[in-house]
Amino acid sequence: MALQGNLRDFSTTQLLNLVSLAKKTGAMTLETDDNSALLYFREGKLIHASTNNRAGRLADMLLEAGKLAEKQVKAIERQPKQLSDKALGIDLIRSGVVTQQDIIKSVKDFMLDVVYSLFSWTEGLFNFNPGVKPSNDRITVPLNLDNVILEGSRRIQENERLVDELPHLDRVSLKVTDKPLRDVKLTPDDWRVISHIHPRNTIAQIAQANSMDEFQIRKIVYGMLQAGLVEIIKPEGVQTQKKFMSRAEKKLAKKQTPTMKRSMVERLINRIKRV
Amino acid sequence: MQTVKMVVTGPYSAGKTQFIRTISEIDVVSTERKISSEAERLKDATTVAMDFGRITIDDDLILYLFGTPGQRRFDFMWEILTEGMLGFIVLIDSVRPETFREARNILEVFRGYAQTPYVVSANKQDMPDAWSPEDLRIALKIDKNIKVLPCVATDKESVKQTILELLYSILEGIEE
Ligand SMILES: Nc1nc2c(ncn2[C@@H]2O[C@H](COP(=O)(O)OP(=O)(O)O)[C@@H](O)[C@H]2O)c(=O)[nH]1
Ligand SMILES: [Mg+2]
Repeated sequence: MALQGNLRDFSTTQLLNLVSLAKKTGAMTLETDDNSALLYFREGKLIHASTNNRAGRLADMLLEAGKLAEKQVKAIERQPKQLSDKALGIDLIRSGVVTQQDIIKSVKDFMLDVVYSLFSWTEGLFNFNPGVKPSNDRITVPLNLDNVILEGSRRIQENERLVDELPHLDRVSLKVTDKPLRDVKLTPDDWRVISHIHPRNTIAQIAQANSMDEFQIRKIVYGMLQAGLVEIIKPEGVQTQKKFMSRAEKKLAKKQTPTMKRSMVERLINRIKRV
Repeated sequence: MQTVKMVVTGPYSAGKTQFIRTISEIDVVSTERKISSEAERLKDATTVAMDFGRITIDDDLILYLFGTPGQRRFDFMWEILTEGMLGFIVLIDSVRPETFREARNILEVFRGYAQTPYVVSANKQDMPDAWSPEDLRIALKIDKNIKVLPCVATDKESVKQTILELLYSILEGIEE
């Protein structure tokens, strides 16, 4: 079963959200005209990231994090026998150059940096290969994607895309899901929106109450939707039914009791089964 | 004689015509075609091409299947089509992610017109590039109470199963 397409149609944020929600394990490649990235996931968490010009090797990640000096990295590279990342990590910890925490933090920061850089890729092919794992010698650190997804959504700049995702602000309300809010990093604006969520408040009304324009509210709501913190519901107490019934409907409504309708649907079922 | 209708909707090329053609006992009157000349375009503006299929249930019950027209300029037809329908099927072209957003929008609009039951059909599952129904559910943010069914519109059993699942959903929705 394929999971492939173009970032034009399905953004990096949406992709990460899908992988996270479906708790997928495997490798995702992303390719633009002049860049490529390779992300590995385990049960929906990002565990390794690299790009065509950032290989994601431990020495480089520690250098970027300022935990190793240029000189030290050069020395490591000059070693006659190249150590695997895991072996190098153990060596560095044993010799007191870095701590285990340093390594974990450097790897995480590196992965975040790579992923955030992908949010600016608005076009490019992606392809997910289920089950594929990073090579054994790499250091993998599981990174929860919720905050990444939120942050990615905050970076969206194209209004058009947001309108596509959330066309009718005045016709829908929000509901907070069961997902714990405690672990995600919400901005004050996010909280202002959350505090106004009520089945009777449409998104347009929430925006109005907070003096937010359509772009702002869409961006915030979209981010929270992507991260699964809120969901769209139909507003309560608003006339959503059609205002009038057609003649045929009136006829049906008058004539048809639930029992009659059930028997009619059962007739349909029996017949379709025999097609 | 009683007639009931179901509506098959979805983005252009999702397989609506094929779906109805596979199950209908009459020729599907799809008159969609490439419009060549400007004159023809003008003439065509007054007519709406629509898929229309029929399944005779028994002596006094007929099921009609309507496919929504492909071109956006016929969106006004949707409200007319949805009036009094029993339920609807949203076909997704599982191999074309570039149509997912539109599919989602069509779904929203339809839900706005009618509170009738519906199912989502992940069509073209026979193709190697097809997204799985599970991934489509997440990608299109389909509510967990709504069925997302694998489908191959060229296969009669598959189409049958989709319609049956919609009917089961309708049955569940009838209040005691
Ligand atoms: N492989 C495959 N092709 C399909 C399937 N359903 C439809 N098609 C093809 O997809 C194209 C578009 O289908 P059509 O029914 O015209 O789409 P519509 O625009 O929604 O009416 C046609 O070439 C069909 O033969 C399917 O389940 N599998
Ligand atoms: Mg068609």
